[in-house]
Amino acid sequence: MKRRSFLKGTLAGSTVAVAVGAGLLSPRSVLAAWPQGAFDAKSAADAMSGLFGSADNTTSGEIKIKAPDIAENGAVVPVTVETSMKDVSSIAILAEKNGTPLAANFELSATAKGSVSTRIKMGKTSDVIAVVKSGGKLYTARKNVKVTIGGCGG
Amino acid sequence: MANSIRIRAKAAAGEVSVKALITHPMETGLRKDNKTGEKIPAHFIKEVKCEHNGKVVVNAQWGAAVSKNPYLAFAFTGAKAGDSVKLSWVDNKGESDSAEAKVS
Repeated sequence: MKRRSFLKGTLAGSTVAVAVGAGLLSPRSVLAAWPQGAFDAKSAADAMSGLFGSADNTTSGEIKIKAPDIAENGAVVPVTVETSMKDVSSIAILAEKNGTPLAANFELSATAKGSVSTRIKMGKTSDVIAVVKSGGKLYTARKNVKVTIGGCGG
Repeated sequence: MANSIRIRAKAAAGEVSVKALITHPMETGLRKDNKTGEKIPAHFIKEVKCEHNGKVVVNAQWGAAVSKNPYLAFAFTGAKAGDSVKLSWVDNKGESDSAEAKVS
């Protein structure tokens, strides 16, 4: 009898495991477009190639980054990226010295203006890099932000 | 996660500016609980989508480096007062929410 109940127990256990496995998998399949590799990348160049397929970029004066020179709290650093370029298909924001630099990528439709604002976390003093994809090419701009208190649990 | 989004869309000079605030913990998965010393599991928004009258205007992919209770602002053209602007998000746990606003 004991063996019976033992078997039953294991069977029930495995069904739960399968259900959990399926539950873990479903959100991932929904988010197939989310570039895991780019967000896991440890360097800004790797993040760019993971996101756009290439890290080749040109520094451009047509991109403006609005961010504080000194961020008192690295957990909340307001960043605005603006560009006057035409045909902007996406704007990405990276914090170069974060463990994983890529913070956010905004894919813009033809009607959207080349301007996005958000707030990001920065672990330490670092350059904020804005990457603008325009006409299939990548353009970047940087701005140094001094962080006095880190944003990663510090 | 109901009512996690506050969104405003305002038309001025031919363009509509959208501002939104989302209530979300945005845990990186690196932080430790001060009391137990255990890691707090990652919990952050991965995708944010904004639609104008059903057409996608901005589709954003976020990492855990976006601040807690994220703020987001952008602008687009081709909309008029009374149009609907819808914002929706999905996080790494599969939770989601959406909210709609009328352009004013």
